Amino acid sequence: MDDSKLIVVDELSKSFGRVLAVDKLSFSVQAGEIFGLLGPNGAGKTTTVRMLGALIGPSSGEAWVNHYQIGRQDQQIRRSVGILTESPGLYDQLSAERNLSFYATIYDVEDVNGQVERYLRLLGLWERRHEAVGTFSKGMRQKLAIARTLLHEPSVLFLDEPTSGLDPQAARMLRGFIADLKSDGRAIIMCTHNLDEADRLCDRIAVIRGNLLALDTPTALRRKLFGRKVVFHLRDVEEGFTKIVENFDFVQSVEVIDHKLVIGLDEPEMHNPALVRALVEGGAEIQFVGELRRRLEDVYLQLVNQAD
Amino acid sequence: MDKIWTLIRKEWAEVFKNRFVLFTVAFLPLLFTALPLIILYVSRSSGDWGDAVAFSDVPPQFLEMCGGLEAGGCMQYFIVSQFMLLFMMVPMIVPITFASYSIVGEKTTRTLEPLLATPITTLELLAGKALAASIPAVVATWLCFFLYMIGARILAVSPGVLAKLFDPLWLSAIFVVGPLLALAGVSLAVMISSRVTDPRVAEQISAIFVLPLIGLFVGQSTGLIFLNERIILWMAVGLLILDAGLLAFATQLFQRETILTRWK
Repeated sequence: MDDSKLIVVDELSKSFGRVLAVDKLSFSVQAGEIFGLLGPNGAGKTTTVRMLGALIGPSSGEAWVNHYQIGRQDQQIRRSVGILTESPGLYDQLSAERNLSFYATIYDVEDVNGQVERYLRLLGLWERRHEAVGTFSKGMRQKLAIARTLLHEPSVLFLDEPTSGLDPQAARMLRGFIADLKSDGRAIIMCTHNLDEADRLCDRIAVIRGNLLALDTPTALRRKLFGRKVVFHLRDVEEGFTKIVENFDFVQSVEVIDHKLVIGLDEPEMHNPALVRALVEGGAEIQFVGELRRRLEDVYLQLVNQAD
Repeated sequence: MDKIWTLIRKEWAEVFKNRFVLFTVAFLPLLFTALPLIILYVSRSSGDWGDAVAFSDVPPQFLEMCGGLEAGGCMQYFIVSQFMLLFMMVPMIVPITFASYSIVGEKTTRTLEPLLATPITTLELLAGKALAASIPAVVATWLCFFLYMIGARILAVSPGVLAKLFDPLWLSAIFVVGPLLALAGVSLAVMISSRVTDPRVAEQISAIFVLPLIGLFVGQSTGLIFLNERIILWMAVGLLILDAGLLAFATQLFQRETILTRWK
């Protein structure tokens, strides 16, 4: 097995009675990669994370987390992964420091005080360490839950809706923090409904609905589903301009929308100069040229709707 | 063992933040300390029991336990021994509510999943929960019994009665059987707590386990059963086996998957 793959999932399935929650899921996640798990409610994201975190057993299939096999080496898996559950699940009566020191001891962290201080400072909670968690805002609680997830320095992280319900500032801070975790060489699986966040953070994305609907980088998914399109903003669009563009073999489609020519083609980096030249020679006044960027939301909806 | 102790300290830190909980732990042992002391005081101040009480007033089965006591002393010993039984039962009665809340409470506050995601074993988790619930009740009862010993020394009608109150029978009942009963009760309660989805259901079911103890108390009060050294010894041995069995059974019964996926 490739050592850099910290998570390997092979035809993993899970049934609850007659309900098939996860159906033959296969993927792998490398060290230093953020892997987004997207899907509608009930798609099996949390079940998948729970199986990989050795919280529940699979019905069939196999998976290795940190090179430990789920179902056989569950204790080792629990020791080496960090799970941020959907709900922070903190002890409200206890202080932030006490919450973390409890978990640090349970995880057999050697320098409990040092690690607790380190993560409280990193997440900006050090000054409030003595306060009961019940008095904390949602953002602070989420930061504390993330600190708890990291205390034992796991090389694999499962983050379920890490920025859910946070204000934009707190969400941005956490996104930055998660990006830094990736650069530490950890493998991170992130479940989220925030597609913009997934687009910004994830190296690869799996869209699931029980089974795997698609798996690739966000950019590749866009291209697969919608192809590439370049938008030429013109001062005026004349009828001839469309014909000029259509003369090129590599052009797959041309649309006129307001003062814009929207041209479908495979390799704009290679063909754009020729298009620009031809249009200018044909009398077009080009104001801007840019690639039409589909949102990940479009990709997601397309995939989920196709599966319906 | 470290993890169990860590869990115990966390439970105490969490629970005893609420002063009302401290009160509930201390109230019953204090009440059961005050009652026999009041009876000792009343019986002592009501004059010479030797004249007013005959051996025929004491249940015949109890007489042999009185040994060389005179009739008044035997009667005082009989009455107070009813309450001595309570010192044995309190460590089981007090922590059942806390124990029945222990797992299902973490379920409802959503703190259980992060805890189950750690390398803590089921045995460590359940032992920690059971001990965290039972130790304060046992300690509170022992402290109250210590207060009772001081009071009884002052108030007992004769040195013979005092010696009977603190003979090995009662000392083993309170210091051996009491904690074992507590562990059995909380193990059952923790087991229930890991199988239900509502803390109220756990408390109601767990409360049923107190019934045999009430039966024992009523049996002793009405003269149907009298605890003696042999019964105490058998109870201790039986409870030791029961405790080990209950903890093992609770560990088998504790299904992480069911607990997590049955969350509503």
